[in-house]
Amino acid sequence: MYPILIILLSLWSCNESNTKQNPELQKSIERGAVVYEDFCMQCHLPEGKGVPKAFPPLDDSDYLMKKRNESIKAVKYGLSGKITVNGQTYNTAMAPLGLTDEEVADVMNYITNSWSNTNAKMITVEEVSKIQP
Amino acid sequence: MNYKALSLLFLLLFTFVSCAQDKNPVNTNNDYEVIVPKLSIPWGFVFLPDNSILINEKEGKMIHFKDGKKTNVEGVPEVYNRGQGGLLDLALHPNYEENGWLYFTYASSEGEGSGGNTALMRAKLKDNKLVEKQLLYKATPNTTKGQHFGSRIVFDNDGYLFFSAGERGERDINPQDITRDNGKIYRLNDDGTVPSDNPFVNTQNAKKAIYCYGNRNPQGMVLNPFNGELWEHEHGPRGGDEINIIKAGANYGWPVISYGINYSGTKFTDKTAQEGMEQPLHYWDPSIAPSGMAFISSDKYPGWKGDLLVGSLKFEYLDKCVLKDGKVVKEERLLDGLGRVRTVHQGPDGYIYVGIENLGIVKLVQKK
Repeated sequence: MYPILIILLSLWSCNESNTKQNPELQKSIERGAVVYEDFCMQCHLPEGKGVPKAFPPLDDSDYLMKKRNESIKAVKYGLSGKITVNGQTYNTAMAPLGLTDEEVADVMNYITNSWSNTNAKMITVEEVSKIQP
Repeated sequence: MNYKALSLLFLLLFTFVSCAQDKNPVNTNNDYEVIVPKLSIPWGFVFLPDNSILINEKEGKMIHFKDGKKTNVEGVPEVYNRGQGGLLDLALHPNYEENGWLYFTYASSEGEGSGGNTALMRAKLKDNKLVEKQLLYKATPNTTKGQHFGSRIVFDNDGYLFFSAGERGERDINPQDITRDNGKIYRLNDDGTVPSDNPFVNTQNAKKAIYCYGNRNPQGMVLNPFNGELWEHEHGPRGGDEINIIKAGANYGWPVISYGINYSGTKFTDKTAQEGMEQPLHYWDPSIAPSGMAFISSDKYPGWKGDLLVGSLKFEYLDKCVLKDGKVVKEERLLDGLGRVRTVHQGPDGYIYVGIENLGIVKLVQKK
């Protein structure tokens, strides 16, 4: 149990120091929280848990944390077709949300730094602008 | 992770899963035929006199489906396709065959300020193009918020047009204030003018087109074919979706009274009733996320005549509500798991047609 705790603690403190050291990221996360409440929360829920079979989780999601470009693309242009998240298949499409590149970056920074998620590498507007449909 | 922690986690997961589903039983006596294949979000549709179908896709396309072929209608106004906004409902004038007026609602950026709000337009369809376009109503102000545009359009038996606009994510500003748009159902004459007997025509500063207020996000509205009443349902917060019968000047209470709670689980009101505010005919807890509404008034479905149908976006089924003495006494799942149910209509042939996201329009049939 102890090694896990230590890893968790270190991750957590990493996250804390990371966002504190980067006020730009902190601001982006704050703006992203507003976008999340407006556009995402009704399906993915306040804690990012999603709904079994219908809406994939964002918290502790292998898809979100490992497939960075695909995730940005989904938020930017919507998503259809089957995807696999944490071993479960989801086939509910997400309609295009109509967000600006800045809002995409903000909400991505929010969801990748919320709940148990941590992301040291900030998503920038420039990075989002380069993602093509 | 040790065994105890693991079992606790399972217990938590199990509680969550059982909370998230509703208990309505599956009706196994129903099936479907695909009538219009391959649509993504068929937000609204109507049958034209030649039995072809006109369909609104949320992203901003109007599709004419005739003889098995889809054609995009030209001249559709630019829609504000953001969040829940886009090209929304579609309705025909009661005398469509004589005058050709077609009505539709959409999220529009027209006017001052960035963002968008719900608009109502009428136009005629000529040579596959929208002509004689008239913007009849545009809710203000524009906002970049993504939620709660409504919208449904219904004509009553006297030829008045009703349409809904959701509260645009401003629950503490819009729904209870009749000098502001949003969180309202409006009544207009067919040409967009305000009827002289609308409930708030003599109220200072009121938006004169308002027929009722205190609504959250109505995405289902239908004329009860048995008695001419206007029935509506609306998305509530968590556990507070409602069916209401719409009355002139009435206040439906959002957000002062509600059976729901915030998505986050916190409460925003302790009240479920207050004098001067209407009680719903029915509410759903858990929320089903209702969209589309129709009564079965034909004889095509033995045993189901008089039942009310409501689409569930969240749980992906068509909810068959059995009514008795003004109450929903029983609910059953039709088309269970087929997809997010967006739109429901009884067609001119008496059959029920259902718009399902990422599938198309299907015809509901009873099994023999």
